[in-house]
Amino acid sequence: MKYVDEFRTPELIGKAGEEIRRLADPNRHYRIMEVCGGHTHAIYRFGLKDLLPENVELIHGPGCPVCVLPMGRIDDGLSLAAQPDFIFAAFGDMMRVPGTHGSPLEYKARGMDVRIVYSPADALKLARNNPEKHVMFFAIGFETTAPSTALTLMRAKAEGLHNFSVFCNHVTIIPAIRAILDSPDMRLDGFVGPGHVSTVIGCRPYDWIAKDEGKPVVVSGFEPLDILQSIVMLLRQLRKGEAKVENQYKRVVPWEGNRAALRAMSEVFELRPYFEWRGLGFISQSALKIRASYAEWDSEQRFSVPGLRVTDPKAAQCGEVLKGVLKPAQCKLFGKECTPEQPVGALMVSSEGSCAAYYNYEHRKPVTIANSAAN
Amino acid sequence: MATPATKVRFREPQIEMAHGAGGKASRRLVEGLFAPLLFGSAHGPLGDAAHIQINGTRIAMTTDSFVVKPLRFPGGSIGELAINGTVNDLAVSGARAEAIVVTFVLEAGLPTDVLEAEVRAMAQAAETAGVMIAGGDTKVVEHGKADHMYITTTGVGRLLSGVEISPQSVRPGDKVLLSGPIGDHGITILLARGDLDLEADLRSDTRSVFPLVQALVSAEGAGVRWMRDPTRGGAATSLNELARDCGKGIVLFEEKLPVRDSVRGACELLGLDPLHIANEGQFLAIVSAEHAQRAWQALRATPGGEQAAIIGEVREEPAGAVLVTTLYGGNRLVDMLVGDPLPRIC
Repeated sequence: MKYVDEFRTPELIGKAGEEIRRLADPNRHYRIMEVCGGHTHAIYRFGLKDLLPENVELIHGPGCPVCVLPMGRIDDGLSLAAQPDFIFAAFGDMMRVPGTHGSPLEYKARGMDVRIVYSPADALKLARNNPEKHVMFFAIGFETTAPSTALTLMRAKAEGLHNFSVFCNHVTIIPAIRAILDSPDMRLDGFVGPGHVSTVIGCRPYDWIAKDEGKPVVVSGFEPLDILQSIVMLLRQLRKGEAKVENQYKRVVPWEGNRAALRAMSEVFELRPYFEWRGLGFISQSALKIRASYAEWDSEQRFSVPGLRVTDPKAAQCGEVLKGVLKPAQCKLFGKECTPEQPVGALMVSSEGSCAAYYNYEHRKPVTIANSAAN
Repeated sequence: MATPATKVRFREPQIEMAHGAGGKASRRLVEGLFAPLLFGSAHGPLGDAAHIQINGTRIAMTTDSFVVKPLRFPGGSIGELAINGTVNDLAVSGARAEAIVVTFVLEAGLPTDVLEAEVRAMAQAAETAGVMIAGGDTKVVEHGKADHMYITTTGVGRLLSGVEISPQSVRPGDKVLLSGPIGDHGITILLARGDLDLEADLRSDTRSVFPLVQALVSAEGAGVRWMRDPTRGGAATSLNELARDCGKGIVLFEEKLPVRDSVRGACELLGLDPLHIANEGQFLAIVSAEHAQRAWQALRATPGGEQAAIIGEVREEPAGAVLVTTLYGGNRLVDMLVGDPLPRIC
């Protein structure tokens, strides 16, 4: 497959692994956080941890939009959708995320009109095709998906389509990273920076991490070679005692970001004064709300939202795992009460959630597996 | 007569789509509710077809329902699938399909030409597979109560001689054979639904696998320990079921897996694993090490088996699980499918 296989070449990957082992000081333990859930998924899927020396530890960050969404928001969205002639549309990732009384998929099995869409534009198409119904798009995601929600709202307004609204849960990555760095129990040496988010916001917003916090950041792509190369770049900086922002994902991420996408976002969204994150609590100016000029297409302004606050099940330690304080398997519920089939927390649902990735790809693995090709 | 106090372990409050998706939830429903109440303690591992003995003659029997949407898709249609699906379930249990009976559940308002096209497709598939259609039943439900049409086929077959299929006979060192590229059917259907705005030059792999099974069995039947057609839930689910039933580990070599570029591409975009995608014209076999190479050559020499591959082997560890070694020496577990395959967002 072109543009993919080039980044999965065994020889190059082997070389990157060797370079990491060469650069890592055996007397030092490195804790590197990959911020984005897409990286977490790739690290497990491609077995990249097996290629790293033991003293280079990867800590999974909060960059999984499904995982950081508190249960109350899901309950709020589903309670709106209980109205007659209502269609609840969301990405596939959301479908198995548990609310207090079940996931969207379980609501669908009970008869609610729940649809999986692949983009907000598909939800808008649903609204056009079902003029007698109201279509609510349950929007999640960081700056990666926020621009397409913004463009969809601009189109709905331009078309004067009134049976469509967005329940906006878009969040922003920088305040989450700040919250993690402010957390007293974290000792991190550097960050594998989010690739997709950075295609929109660029690399400048990470400057403070290098300048003020003294930690290197390397914005990274998602293929095995991308991730390993980013770790090489981080280790080189650490070895030289440097802390700067570098861009490994130049083929996709422009240093300045995507101006058109940022313009669309600022046309439609403004910052919420504060927003609740699972595990991280309330973080000020960490999420987007729809501006008053788009009030008619904002589910929260248009309908009355219960504003539920629900605490996660007590025994679940999603917050600690989300912050990187605990490894997935250290949570008391991991693999017992909480599995991908019957998830208690969202980290076990999303393919980008560290618990699901760890459960699916890692936790029953024997310690050593000799690699030999068949015949 | 009092009902025996059989213990049901299926505790989920309602049936979800996942219970029909062929993965873990399906297995819980079958093992936790159907098997204890319907088969009692007499049942062994659940295979693709039941082997029963009538007056000293052993026959294989199986049944399958088809609810595919859309009815027609590149490479096949529901009618043709309904015949080949049952022929294949019999084939991988080591039997040649002899006769099939058919039940149609039709939705009022279904255009006759749609029905006729499917019946013609069934007749054609039955002729190709050399199986007799021996009878049938029809029910019609109100408009809106079914997706155009559902078809159930029940088939009986004669067991091939020279082969014994049993998960318990699987040994470390045995090889895993796959008859051809995986994922074609599931991805074709996903694209044919048209929700994705993706296009690919791809056709469903739906076909009878009996000629390939027969070639394998007549060449190296003594070494064949287990076979399965990896339909819903994909190859990963079939192999996980085997791993659990035999208590051994299955190790697959990623570079050996035959997957078309268009399937890989769609899976990359949608965040799916080809090992979890449904197939309708492939089968997996576990063959003892000393027979594996010749078994593989026999498959490759049979029309439609040109892309057959030895994709892995059985080991003691990881017991009860499936592990994939990646191209660069890393490895990952591949579990059964959980729920329906849902695309990711970013």
